[in-house]
Amino acid sequence: MSEKLEKGLEVLRSEVDSKVKSFFSSCVNCGICAESCLFYTETRDPRYTPIYKTEPLRKLWRNEYSFWGKIASTLGFSKPMTESDLTDWEELVYDGCSMCGRCSMVCPVGVDISGMIFKVKHALAKAGISPEGLVGATQRAVDIGSPMGITLTTVHATIKHVEEDTGLKIPMDVEGADYMALLSSNEIALYPEYLESLAKIFDHAGVSWTLSSDAFEATNSGLQIGNKAIAGQLVQRVVDGAEKLKVKNVISPECGHAYTALRWEGPNFIGKAYSFKVVHIMELLDELFAAGRIKTSGMESERLTFHDPCSIVRRGGINAQPRNLLESISENFIEMADHGNMNWCCGGGGGVSSNERAEDLKLTVFNKKKSQIEATGATGVVTACSNCRMVMEEGVETNEMDIELLGLTEMIAAHLEDRPN
Amino acid sequence: MGSIIFASRKQDLSVARASASAGAIKTIFSRFLPHKEIAAQVSIQYIAGYLFHLGLFALLFFAAPHVLFVEENLLGFGWTPLPHWGFIIAAQAAFLGLIILWLRRMVDPVLRLISTLDDHIAAILTFVVMLTGCFALLEGSTGLRLLHRFTVELWLIYFPFSALMHSFTFLPSRAFTGAWFGRRGVDS
Repeated sequence: MSEKLEKGLEVLRSEVDSKVKSFFSSCVNCGICAESCLFYTETRDPRYTPIYKTEPLRKLWRNEYSFWGKIASTLGFSKPMTESDLTDWEELVYDGCSMCGRCSMVCPVGVDISGMIFKVKHALAKAGISPEGLVGATQRAVDIGSPMGITLTTVHATIKHVEEDTGLKIPMDVEGADYMALLSSNEIALYPEYLESLAKIFDHAGVSWTLSSDAFEATNSGLQIGNKAIAGQLVQRVVDGAEKLKVKNVISPECGHAYTALRWEGPNFIGKAYSFKVVHIMELLDELFAAGRIKTSGMESERLTFHDPCSIVRRGGINAQPRNLLESISENFIEMADHGNMNWCCGGGGGVSSNERAEDLKLTVFNKKKSQIEATGATGVVTACSNCRMVMEEGVETNEMDIELLGLTEMIAAHLEDRPN
Repeated sequence: MGSIIFASRKQDLSVARASASAGAIKTIFSRFLPHKEIAAQVSIQYIAGYLFHLGLFALLFFAAPHVLFVEENLLGFGWTPLPHWGFIIAAQAAFLGLIILWLRRMVDPVLRLISTLDDHIAAILTFVVMLTGCFALLEGSTGLRLLHRFTVELWLIYFPFSALMHSFTFLPSRAFTGAWFGRRGVDS
């Protein structure tokens, strides 16, 4: 048995718990999950059927845990797992799944299919069977602190520009602040307006906040590649940073998987509960707005629609907050079909956008979002995830659509009511 | 079922936004119907599925010979069985549903890829049990009744070790997933 196979099987075995047993015992292979997956609906390739992507884990369960499988294995009738049972699924789980979780919402017997796909990714990652792009990003996250290779020096340069543009001081390493803000790599490198918007909004609302020199990066490549140990290591950096500054809350930025990694999976990755609370920026802005601490003026007249980031809505439970905020500044807001918990992914979640090999497939499945946007007649798409925004900007550009992509935090900042000095 | 109930589960250390139990209970019931966003695409599976399952349950619990069997051999009391026309309708619904589901399994590219031998054996065994049951009732012959009993016994032997167990395991499966979504405040 090869070392890769041994490592992969070891992880798969460790993942078989009561949930996995109930899921595989319940699945009747009805195929309904296929219709929920944009990688299937946009390609009509049956291999992208979500439950098929779990086959490495399912085969192991069948051989080693099911009644007939155990008998067949004992009698030598079953096909043992081989390395190709892992390598042949690499493209399916890394390129052909954005971990959007829509399949887990539609399964009639309640199988959490995306949860099991993550377990397969975990096994592949540990076995060293992962796409080059993701491996590189993960390595940079571990070595440098950011998947895009962003260092503290880059952050300082961004801060300097923001301070010059806004005339506001960006608080750094302030002990005892109420909130510690995190940034995703995209927000540092591509969308510095996010930090600028935070500065303006928090100044307007009188929020006590800080950035941390030790923990500014929210992106978690460990989660994207499926390596729980690395994911935990990256979460621990944030925890250490927050504990060092003794902050009460940590703000997850406009980044879907960062929110999942920090808010929901983080305590499980590191094996302990946090001493602080994690809030998504949409939750915080909605709270401040409801409390009257954020006051906006003027309304956008442009027809706008909202793209729900899967990790924030379906896998994160933040549904009403962005809508409350958007409706307060837009008089021509229109919902997409299938919005909210049953939204369609942009196509770049779950690490797909960091995986160069998946580029063509990502653009193919963007057709679903393209048709959704076109059906609304909107000229602007607002979202609350910088990765979704980047993926949709690429899709819009490739398809020569006349659509503007906007971040909700920055829109709120642009509508803040002037306050007397 | 024992291995599902008694197997280990890791405790979730994240702070729940809402009740996991409420999510579990809600999802146990909500998954009886498809989400409206996907209903049109999966209507055949749901309609055929309900025809088959409801027809089968009606036959299993309300076919006159079954009620009599329970009264005489198991409980000592019975209940009002289906009239003959009710039996015919239930049998037709069950056969129609099962045949549609099985034909789709044979021709649909997705189902051809993901179906296992177990899926086919379970469908064929269930079909044979229903068919011999109809013969037994319609002909009233002892030999055909014995054939039906024999196929039922085969079915019952196969049941606990097969996809047929979804009849019970769908409950913990829905509950686990419902709890996962529920604690995150997601209505699944």
